Amino acid sequence: MNPVAEIAIAILLVMGGIFILVGSWGLARLPSLMTRLHGPTKASTLGVGACLIASMIYFPASGQPWSAHEMLITIFLLLTAPISANMIAKAHLHRQGHSIDPNPADGIPEGLPAPPTGDDWATFRGAESSRDD
Amino acid sequence: MTGSILPWALGFALACVSLAMLLSLFRLLRGPTLGDRILSVDTLTINVIALIVVFGVAEATQTYFEAALLLAMVAFVGTVAYCKFLLRGDIVE
Repeated sequence: MNPVAEIAIAILLVMGGIFILVGSWGLARLPSLMTRLHGPTKASTLGVGACLIASMIYFPASGQPWSAHEMLITIFLLLTAPISANMIAKAHLHRQGHSIDPNPADGIPEGLPAPPTGDDWATFRGAESSRDD
Repeated sequence: MTGSILPWALGFALACVSLAMLLSLFRLLRGPTLGDRILSVDTLTINVIALIVVFGVAEATQTYFEAALLLAMVAFVGTVAYCKFLLRGDIVE
């Protein structure tokens, strides 16, 4: 194999491994769920992204045909990571707003502070109105 | 000289991903809230995707990419379904 390609693959693999490790370390170490959401996003974008780029370089460099799977996985992860993070944060916010999962490390132990305008945060308004019907 | 770099990098990446999976498993077992556990399962699946990709490079085969793609989709649908269940007490309304 081309030594330049081999060095590039090795650097990308080491970088991806370190980012994935740091992301999960943040998940284990940080004090509350809202801060813990921060860590795995690095693992899912930079870490898995670097591993997939390494694999995209490796297969053409080693003489095997190029495949679109890596590109598909990258696009799918980049599209879905913010949506799932938003859903987790929203579910957590609702449980905390109803004092189901209080955590002093979030800084909002007894529900959210009121917004400057309007009655309540839009996410709670939607939930309450749809819960009534 | 360069022939020995790639196996070393592959071993390093596999070790990092395995350690990351252990840390996610720790958070999954520890909790304390349900949101933490959902996030841990999501992270665990992302680590599995990375593990499959690195293992595919180590084995020099493209057979495992379908599994990684399927896991990416199932992980997203599962996370959204869990969150929907926490939010509404129901998945399909």
